[in-house]
Amino acid sequence: MSMSQTTAPAASSSPPAPPATQKDGRTSQRSLGRRLLARPEVGALIAAIGVYLFFFAVAPSFRETSALATVLYQASVMGIMALPVALLMIGGEFDLSAGVAVTTSALTAAILSFQLSMNVWTGVIVALVVSLAVGAFNGWLLIKTGLPSFLVTLGSFLILQGANLAVTKIFTGNVASDSISDMDGFDQAKSVFASEFSIGDVNFKITIVYWLVFAAIATWILLRTKFGNWIFAVGGSQDSARAVGVPVKFTKIALFMGVGAGAWFVGMHLLFSFNTVQSGEGVGNEFLYIIAAVIGGCLLTGGYGSAVGPVIGAFIFGMVSQGIVYANWNPDWFKAFLGVMLLVAALVNLWVRRQATRR
Amino acid sequence: MDRSSRSRRIAPVVAAAAAAALVLAGCSSSSGGKDSEEDGTDASAGKASTPQMTVALVTHQAPGDTFWDIVRKGAQAAADKDNVKLIYSADPNAGNQATLVENAIAQKVDGIAITLAKPDAMKDAVAKATAAGIPVVGLNSGLSDWQSLGLQQFFGQDETVAGEAFGKKLNELGSKKAVCVIQEQGNVGLTQRCDGVKKTFTGTVEVLNVNGTDMPSVKSTITAKLNQDKAIDYVVTLGASYALTAVQSVSDAGSKAKVATFDLNKEMTDAITKGDVQFAVDQQPYLQGYLAVDGLWLFKNNGNYSGGGEQPVLTGPAFVDKSNVKEIAAFAAKGTR
Repeated sequence: MSMSQTTAPAASSSPPAPPATQKDGRTSQRSLGRRLLARPEVGALIAAIGVYLFFFAVAPSFRETSALATVLYQASVMGIMALPVALLMIGGEFDLSAGVAVTTSALTAAILSFQLSMNVWTGVIVALVVSLAVGAFNGWLLIKTGLPSFLVTLGSFLILQGANLAVTKIFTGNVASDSISDMDGFDQAKSVFASEFSIGDVNFKITIVYWLVFAAIATWILLRTKFGNWIFAVGGSQDSARAVGVPVKFTKIALFMGVGAGAWFVGMHLLFSFNTVQSGEGVGNEFLYIIAAVIGGCLLTGGYGSAVGPVIGAFIFGMVSQGIVYANWNPDWFKAFLGVMLLVAALVNLWVRRQATRR
Repeated sequence: MDRSSRSRRIAPVVAAAAAAALVLAGCSSSSGGKDSEEDGTDASAGKASTPQMTVALVTHQAPGDTFWDIVRKGAQAAADKDNVKLIYSADPNAGNQATLVENAIAQKVDGIAITLAKPDAMKDAVAKATAAGIPVVGLNSGLSDWQSLGLQQFFGQDETVAGEAFGKKLNELGSKKAVCVIQEQGNVGLTQRCDGVKKTFTGTVEVLNVNGTDMPSVKSTITAKLNQDKAIDYVVTLGASYALTAVQSVSDAGSKAKVATFDLNKEMTDAITKGDVQFAVDQQPYLQGYLAVDGLWLFKNNGNYSGGGEQPVLTGPAFVDKSNVKEIAAFAAKGTR
């Protein structure tokens, strides 16, 4: 990635502001190394390499390529959602409904196709409309009410969680969607959303490719487009952004709809790889997405971050959660190990950023 | 607001609706779906002429759990038959569950059926019900505590006994090394199942904790375990939907391991028929719900104690494998087995 001078808050540069880029002539060009270190994702990258080497050393079966495929699969499913969530966080907002929105999308497609006995693509398209509508609703409510996004999306989180269960129950009489694996279009949709490909004799899931492609697109949007500047601007300081003519409402609603689109994609993957969806799934995942973004260098306060960061964040999370299994550690401690590893990764990240911005 | 802005706002909605209508009209599936699902006729057997009574069923169900849905269906079937008004409530948090029981007492119900996932937390609420003269029966979990808490009847499966039977079955099938997948770390019943398997199984059992609300992570974690230890020849899951995921993990890992599970669901019968899953141990949740309500009705109208007031009424373990899956499949398809 070429250095476009750490785009950080472009239009706005008043309050909480950037740790990097203090370019007002007091300092001359800083060294390339320093500037590299100042990228939001570099700390995460160093942490990721550390985690990888660590498990490489302690877990023999972690060294196989098939292990990498497994880790990448988990990371990709989480990472695809972490991308729009990270963009939203850079734009200064949270979406707590992201986890159950995935389930909502999958349930919509499954129930609609099944109940109407339609080609599954019908369900897929309607689910996209529903997911985008949920995102737009979140954004619209945020703009209309001026409430913090934490509250607004907490509300929609609970609404969706309840609706997932109740609507599924109304239509299927059960709490899981009916299997649609024998319906028209299923195989086609499966090949789009949940297929595999092999390199050598190792099978990789297609989600890994989508994940990296989406990350590239998100990076391009953030660093090379006007909309990318708007995202940094509204996250850095909403009022200054508005003052210089950034369409704040449009940007925020679009970001929420981006999360909706991500939820749709992951929901379709879940549906077509597991054939049915349990209506209670997805609760708690919204925090994993946020964690991936934060490990990847996005600030919780907004205005700073990258799209590559959450990719690395999700990869670290996948490595740690699978690495513990590969290392065959006592499973009772699983969550504790996970917590410690994540904390260490976050600290390394922080330390690198401090080093980079020290003058 | 001026007209132009309003129409601009409406336009996308109209477009979306039109698009949806087009797709809806366009293509229908020639296979699968609701059309091909036959309407299962519900078993209904008249209605008792006894005066209406009210029963509260209070469980520790987490929202959206298939298992509890079947329990509830059983309870509802018994309620319909016995002229009982059934009030169902549930909360996975033990303290909240106790509050729900007190709520039922305040409503002056004629009987309470509860699960004892965390017996100590329910002690006070049960004592209050007893003091108010409301009979309390237990179901599902709490086999070792129902008597000391003063419950009059209990319907369920001894998780340890079920685990032991499971372990014996694995011995018969010649397994040497199994992994027991726990989808909710710290759940007493699930842990007892794995412990029961350990007790009778002559090979080795390892425990694997997975995040049950996130299927991709369940799938990759089981795959990782199978890669890590190639000696594993059986994956034991503690819930039907996890067994189906484990089948995918086994193929991902290129492992020769087989899958067996606790509990049933609709898709499980297919998987057993196809041979993807070797067998399932069913604790008959429908029966637990049904008997609990029916037991309260019998007590009220005829003074009966199921189990004689001394022994629990065991609803499991019932094995489902290739030899008997056919008979069960039809009931599972209706979501009652």
